[in-house]
Amino acid sequence: MIFNPLLLLQTILLAIDQIRANKMRSFLTSLGIIIGVASVTSVVAALDGLKTRVLTEFETFGATKIFIIHERPAGAPRNMYPFERIRLKVEEVHLLREHCPSIRRVSPQTSLGASIRPVQLQRDAVTITVHGIWPDWHDIENRSVIAGRPFSQIDEENARKVCLVNESAIRELGLDADPTGQFLLVNDDRFLIVGVVETLQPTIFTMDSVATEVFIPFSTAARMQPPEFFFYVLGQAVSPQASEEAQAEAEFVLRRARGLAPDEPNTFVVRTIDQFVQQFKALAAGITAIAGGIVAISLLVGGIGIMNIMLVSVSERTREIGLRKAVGARPSAILMQFLVEAIMLCFAGGLAGLLAAQALVTGLSKIPNAGLDAAAIPMWAVILAFAFSAAVGIVFGMFPAIKAARLDPIEALRHE
Amino acid sequence: MTIRIRQLKKIYRVGVETIHALRGVDLDIGRNEFVAIMGSSGSGKSTLMNILGCLDRPTEGTYELAGKRTDRMGAGELARIRNEQIGFVFQSFELLPRQSALRNVELPLVYARGGWLGRRRRAREALERVGLGDRMKHRPNQLSGGQKQRVAIARALINKPTILLADEPTGNLDTQTTEEIIQLFRELHAQGQTIVLVTHEEDVAAACQRIIRLRDGAVYSDQPREKDPVQMQRDAQGIGAVRGPTT
Repeated sequence: MIFNPLLLLQTILLAIDQIRANKMRSFLTSLGIIIGVASVTSVVAALDGLKTRVLTEFETFGATKIFIIHERPAGAPRNMYPFERIRLKVEEVHLLREHCPSIRRVSPQTSLGASIRPVQLQRDAVTITVHGIWPDWHDIENRSVIAGRPFSQIDEENARKVCLVNESAIRELGLDADPTGQFLLVNDDRFLIVGVVETLQPTIFTMDSVATEVFIPFSTAARMQPPEFFFYVLGQAVSPQASEEAQAEAEFVLRRARGLAPDEPNTFVVRTIDQFVQQFKALAAGITAIAGGIVAISLLVGGIGIMNIMLVSVSERTREIGLRKAVGARPSAILMQFLVEAIMLCFAGGLAGLLAAQALVTGLSKIPNAGLDAAAIPMWAVILAFAFSAAVGIVFGMFPAIKAARLDPIEALRHE
Repeated sequence: MTIRIRQLKKIYRVGVETIHALRGVDLDIGRNEFVAIMGSSGSGKSTLMNILGCLDRPTEGTYELAGKRTDRMGAGELARIRNEQIGFVFQSFELLPRQSALRNVELPLVYARGGWLGRRRRAREALERVGLGDRMKHRPNQLSGGQKQRVAIARALINKPTILLADEPTGNLDTQTTEEIIQLFRELHAQGQTIVLVTHEEDVAAACQRIIRLRDGAVYSDQPREKDPVQMQRDAQGIGAVRGPTT
């Protein structure tokens, strides 16, 4: 058959005509497609919005952040890797600081509950989590000291009884707005408040961001705990790109420090934010794939609806088909007519579905605190929706169209 | 010869039964002839009509239309022959219900090569030719039976067919309208159109020049119409056709 663009144009106009003539039927027929496309595009849009939001937060959280903690190798017996053996040691933190060129800063962090009350005020002591940190902690966590001074190296080396508080601690302990120079009784030891640590804006990762916090030098905290106490290490890579490198270096240094044989598994784990980002992206891709599967099913159902109604249409219009053949329509022209009609039905359904999805997404993005304000239908989803609609039209329109094209004109004209 | 048929046979197989619908028909129809094909049901006239209209192919024998053998053509070629050489008029008009008279008349041009050129104009001319110049925008349900058949005739004529094939064209019409349609056929014939019509009404056949009668799948008689004396007299007086004796 010679391709005839004018015939195609006519066929498209004819199909639109046919759809308009049977508005209700056409709408009900393409409802499956409409719902399928609307649901998938809105899910994709919501997911996309959530992803954008989460990735932005990862960025602010620090794409260079590194987290190191002991970890018993998977499946290994507890008695083979007791805590005392695999826990991190302060010397190891020093090694990390000295021997990892891709790691700019490093700080251990340990936490203990302590009963605290201000020295000057007659109040009951409250139990507050006290964190032991190195001075570099402020840069790693991006939380600077807004009043007074941070810890110095001397504080750390001499295990001085100094502390930093956050705003929540000031409130809870009833301290002055700038409590620098005042004393706290921490487990009956006097600690000098040297500064105030800023509180970060809440993110989806810091669930309880307004927790009451008191910070003391790491060495001081170590002395307040049993000799084999638990801590983890926070680090900062020189750049986000170097985070993988930093991870490898940390693993190398720690394996060597622990004397692990080449075939022995790590007794610790080094995590980077980048890894979390990858994991999250994989999760999002997984959800998208599941949504895709659901949509494939709904489009299948929609397609069967289209096929069904096209078969009805072919049988209803048998005489018309007979007439068209009698006046010279080739089988291919009839095939095209019904195929184009099915595709147009699907396309109209796809378009309606997209419009519905857009309305839905606009609604979703207005929900406060749902984290979906960035939700928008991505271009690829629009293209995919149309491509899928067209494919459904072709696949499910083909059988009725072939049936129509194969009709014998004599039989068709005799059809009641 | 416009139509040249030799030893045309059509055999159907229905289950184990074999039906010989046509058992060797020889037929020549010349340019500008006005022929009626008659016969009772089962005589093979529908089968012959379908083959003449290139809707069907013979089992055996040859069919030449305007010098071209069509009996071994494929479905696509036959569609083109139907489009370019044959104009169909059916008993039940077969108009597309939701389309205007004009759009209905245009239909064959949709499938014609170069058919978009002057399509509207040609359709208008064809409608004027059948006397429906003032009904172009009407839909079939706004037209009377006679008007519907005129639209169908205009549609058959639009591609200037070699033959106009009419299958019981007056079967669904009343006496008065039948007269009008027959008159239209006569006019078209007078303008040079070759017309073959299938009918079982003697008075319709009486309007033709030549009557071919089929019986049991073969030509039983083929003769020029006998002029009925009353008719001759009336023709001479210029009164026009009257109905012959009712059968």
